[in-house]
Amino acid sequence: MNPGKILLVEDNPDDVTLTMRALKSHNITNDVVVAQDGVEAIDYLFGAKAKADLPAVVLLDLKLPKINGMEVLQRIRSEERTRLLPVVILTSSDEERDIIDGYSLGANSYVRKPVDFVEFTKAAQQLGLYWLLMNRAPPPPRST
Amino acid sequence: MSIRNWPIKRKLTAILLLISGLVLLLTSAAFVTYVVVTNRETIRIHLATRSRILAATSTAALAFANEADATEILAALQYDPHMVAGALYNQDGRVLATYPAGAGADLIPAAPQPDGYRFERGRLVGFTPVAQGGSQRLGTLYIASDTKAVADALRLSAVIALVVLAIAMLAAYALAAALQGRISEPILALAETATAASTRQDYSVRAPKFGDDELGMLTDAFNQMLGRIEEQKQELQQHALRLEQRVAERTGELEKRAAELQAANSELDAFAYSVSHDLRAPLRSIDGFSQVLLEDYATRLDDAGRDSLQRVRAASQRMATLIDDLLKLARVTRAEMRTERVDLSTMAREIVADIQRAAPERAVDFVIAPGIEAQGDARLLRVVLDNLLRNGWKYTGKQAQPRVEFTAKQENGGRVFVIKDNGAGFDMRYADKLFGVFQRLHSAAEFEGTGVGLATVRRIINRHGGRIWAESAINKGASFYFTL
Repeated sequence: MNPGKILLVEDNPDDVTLTMRALKSHNITNDVVVAQDGVEAIDYLFGAKAKADLPAVVLLDLKLPKINGMEVLQRIRSEERTRLLPVVILTSSDEERDIIDGYSLGANSYVRKPVDFVEFTKAAQQLGLYWLLMNRAPPPPRST
Repeated sequence: MSIRNWPIKRKLTAILLLISGLVLLLTSAAFVTYVVVTNRETIRIHLATRSRILAATSTAALAFANEADATEILAALQYDPHMVAGALYNQDGRVLATYPAGAGADLIPAAPQPDGYRFERGRLVGFTPVAQGGSQRLGTLYIASDTKAVADALRLSAVIALVVLAIAMLAAYALAAALQGRISEPILALAETATAASTRQDYSVRAPKFGDDELGMLTDAFNQMLGRIEEQKQELQQHALRLEQRVAERTGELEKRAAELQAANSELDAFAYSVSHDLRAPLRSIDGFSQVLLEDYATRLDDAGRDSLQRVRAASQRMATLIDDLLKLARVTRAEMRTERVDLSTMAREIVADIQRAAPERAVDFVIAPGIEAQGDARLLRVVLDNLLRNGWKYTGKQAQPRVEFTAKQENGGRVFVIKDNGAGFDMRYADKLFGVFQRLHSAAEFEGTGVGLATVRRIINRHGGRIWAESAINKGASFYFTL
């Protein structure tokens, strides 16, 4: 069984590199698709070249150029096709406002990126393991 | 309605009528009395005269005891319709003749009474001596007359008096009605003006003046008073207007200031948000890639190189902690306060449980007095207790028998909360620096920390309108006191 892809929505190339490294170092071999801003993420999910099968999980940063993470989340939840798609907010912010907004818009999880890379690696590994291997994804939407 | 509440017109009329009525009544009484007295005297004289004449003509009849003559003489009384009875008594006091002839004992006294003329039982009676030659008494003449003349005169005079009284009272009433206006009108005008001024708050009205008497003076004084009130009212209105303008100006300024503050606040919000996101990202890179170096190039680095990278990592992590603490401090300032009753003892026990769970290897003796309550924002007060209890826990780290107490006491009418430890303490000379941001009285090597915790605590206490201070000596423990 193909455990599916990870869509990493992250504008900071350093964070992208570090996240990839953290995932890889724990043998999470799934494809990681990177979207560098909200527009790319939406394009990947809903655009003309959108794949039929959805990623297993979206790791979503909040502070993004053009369209921010909250807007992306809103869009994901408003579309029938992606309504149940697991979304994990992975951000630097631990503002209460962001946490409340995130869950209110239907985020499945909210994780703050630790500065300590060892901690960060642990977090990324746990996220990967949990959402790709342990979590049972919602059934794919009926294609019309 | 009580007389006290009568309108002044009625009062004046009543007084005038009362006085004139009393005078007229007294005058009438005098008149009637005079008429009655005069009439009584007249009929008395009349009776006396008639008696003497009859007595003179009766001497012969009495002298000879001639009953027929005596009766005849008495019969002459019939010509005066007022005469009701008459009698002649002889020397021994026996009745010789009567008028009317044969009159009974009800009209004629059985024996003569002392001489004289007097009113008795609604009649005028007279006993007159009958004498011959002025010395020898032959008997007594008795005549009784009714007092109808007096009664008639009384009735007539009473009627006259009543008619006069009635006419006079009517005239007095007319006069009083006409004349009371002289007094009541100015008073009524004053009253009307005063009512108008007080009910309508219209101080431009003036009472009309009717003369230069005391009422005129009163009217003048009243009008002057109204004038002054009017002036003062205008002044007051102007003042009020100016005040309103000033309030409006101030309100405008305040609104502007509030808007500015609001803007500054949202700027601060944006700043804090930005700090939380943007300052941490590079730190993550610094720490992350240092770790990458350590992992991937460990063989090409010597010990000094690895140590340097470790230092880079420690510094970036420390900076992350600083950023987090600063954010907490900023949040404390911005957070909205919700005041409620807070059970500090329970809160402290929960915090202590957290601390002990995180570091079970340290056995610190926490003593928390039960039932300590306060009025304040529960979330912010939790930050206060958390900081102070953790400080106690931290600075007792080198103590053989560490102990941290949380108590409350009454002092100067207020409640003072105390968190006391037996830890490292500090030098009181630097006590004023204790609550400043980034101010530390111990090195990081001795006790780790960012120097933001107590600044945060003080800010929360200040927001509650309270005060915080500390007492300590080096190696003698520290006591933190606060009020709310």
